[in-house]
Amino acid sequence: MEDIISRLKSGRVIVADGATGTMLLAAGLPAGTPPERWVLENPNPIRDLQRAYVEAGSDLIIACTFGANRTRLEQTGLADQLAEVNQRAVQIAREAAGDRAYVAADIGPTGELLMAPIGKMTYEQALEIFAEQAAVLAQAGVDVLYIETMSDLDEMKAAVTGAQQAAPDIPIFATFSFDHHGRTNMGVKPEQAAETLQALGVAAFGANCGATLEMTEGAVTKMHEAAPQAALIAKPNAGKPHMVDRKTVYDATPEDMAEYAQKFVALGARVVGGCCGSTPEHIRAIAETVKS
Amino acid sequence: MDDILTQLQEAVIAGEPEQACDLTKQALEAGIAPLDAIDQALNPGMQIVGDRYECGDYFIPDLVMAAEAMKAAMEKLEPELLARQEQRQILGTVVIGTVEGDIHEIGKSLVATMLSAAGFRVHDLGVGVPADRFVEQVKEAGASGDSVPVVVGLSALLTTTMRNQEAVIKALQEAGLREEVKVIIGGAPANPEWAETIGADAYAENANEAVDVVKQLLEV
Repeated sequence: MEDIISRLKSGRVIVADGATGTMLLAAGLPAGTPPERWVLENPNPIRDLQRAYVEAGSDLIIACTFGANRTRLEQTGLADQLAEVNQRAVQIAREAAGDRAYVAADIGPTGELLMAPIGKMTYEQALEIFAEQAAVLAQAGVDVLYIETMSDLDEMKAAVTGAQQAAPDIPIFATFSFDHHGRTNMGVKPEQAAETLQALGVAAFGANCGATLEMTEGAVTKMHEAAPQAALIAKPNAGKPHMVDRKTVYDATPEDMAEYAQKFVALGARVVGGCCGSTPEHIRAIAETVKS
Repeated sequence: MDDILTQLQEAVIAGEPEQACDLTKQALEAGIAPLDAIDQALNPGMQIVGDRYECGDYFIPDLVMAAEAMKAAMEKLEPELLARQEQRQILGTVVIGTVEGDIHEIGKSLVATMLSAAGFRVHDLGVGVPADRFVEQVKEAGASGDSVPVVVGLSALLTTTMRNQEAVIKALQEAGLREEVKVIIGGAPANPEWAETIGADAYAENANEAVDVVKQLLEV
């Protein structure tokens, strides 16, 4: 496979995968159990899911390491297995991807606010947390570090900078979740995100998770205006979740998401996929649409 | 005199704790009654902050800083209230926490902060709180001779742990306390239908809405 930067530069769209969390819940992940525990104790459903994404047309599989930073692992009792969780998760993703898809490591937020007084974490502490995880992931051998679902500009900067310091040779993708009136809940504007991430020199950036497909479209539009040359990422939820008969339901159909994926590509997206609520069926529809 | 209160209100809206503290001092020196400062500057200031959040002009950092400004002002007012044997009206007691199995803190803490700024007495039980811990705290609030109503706030950020919101409601029922309290739920996967399904009294989408919803529930 050509390296992922050449692939990005070629202009051919990279189809990422869909949801991990909501799919593992559907596969029986019990209440309150972090997916990282399954990485260690029950890896088969993770690998099966990732294989299903590859079969559906994903070119990029994102390892199950979203919550595998020290802060989050401390809260779930897995902190002393940080290296093992990250390594194993990458290995599982690699087994599923084979030579058909790139493997990204997933770096999610710490879950802390970098904002005194109610936040307890400093920028420097956050940077160290992210650098620690990125170093392990680099060692495990990934094609890209994918920092996602960020809300706060400082935490994003800490994550990107920490990753660059710990893994200078690995490209970085970075996305915010725009879910409050078109901005992140911390107030970051898409254009502000674009300017910051471009200045930090990441390989691609954009929007993931979020609230509605329309809101993600709005965010991608503004990022494209602010950074017309940039390779953007759009990996939204399958719509906004709601409950029906005690089950969480995401309304966007595979066709809905495929239609939006096409819009995202027209707006400069070079990596498209799905977040919460999306399934291999959604990814199949997206892949068929953007690759045709 | 009105000028000082207007400026104090502005300091809350702008989220400037130091200014709020100074202006509160000035207000007291000018002979403004502490309860007037609360009713005419702080409370309406927080109301405006909430409105701005709702319409997308304000975001989480704005809410946090406004609540901090409010807190800074209250710290200056409290000794004076005490000296006058007056009290800020306590609108109610809130027992709040993130349910068992769930360690998400920010949203819950923000709701606690905003309720506290709005005049509720808040017991924040933290994250990963077992059902019986909520029951215990509700009992304690009752036993302390509080005549104010009690609200239980249950946060869950995971589709898996939202079941534990229901577990707390059941535990309150078993302890014979369900009728004594109002239960409000929140968190990314929750919604009004879920509140109804598990027998909660209300759902709030965000910290600002939580204040309005709790006020409505208690009719204050």
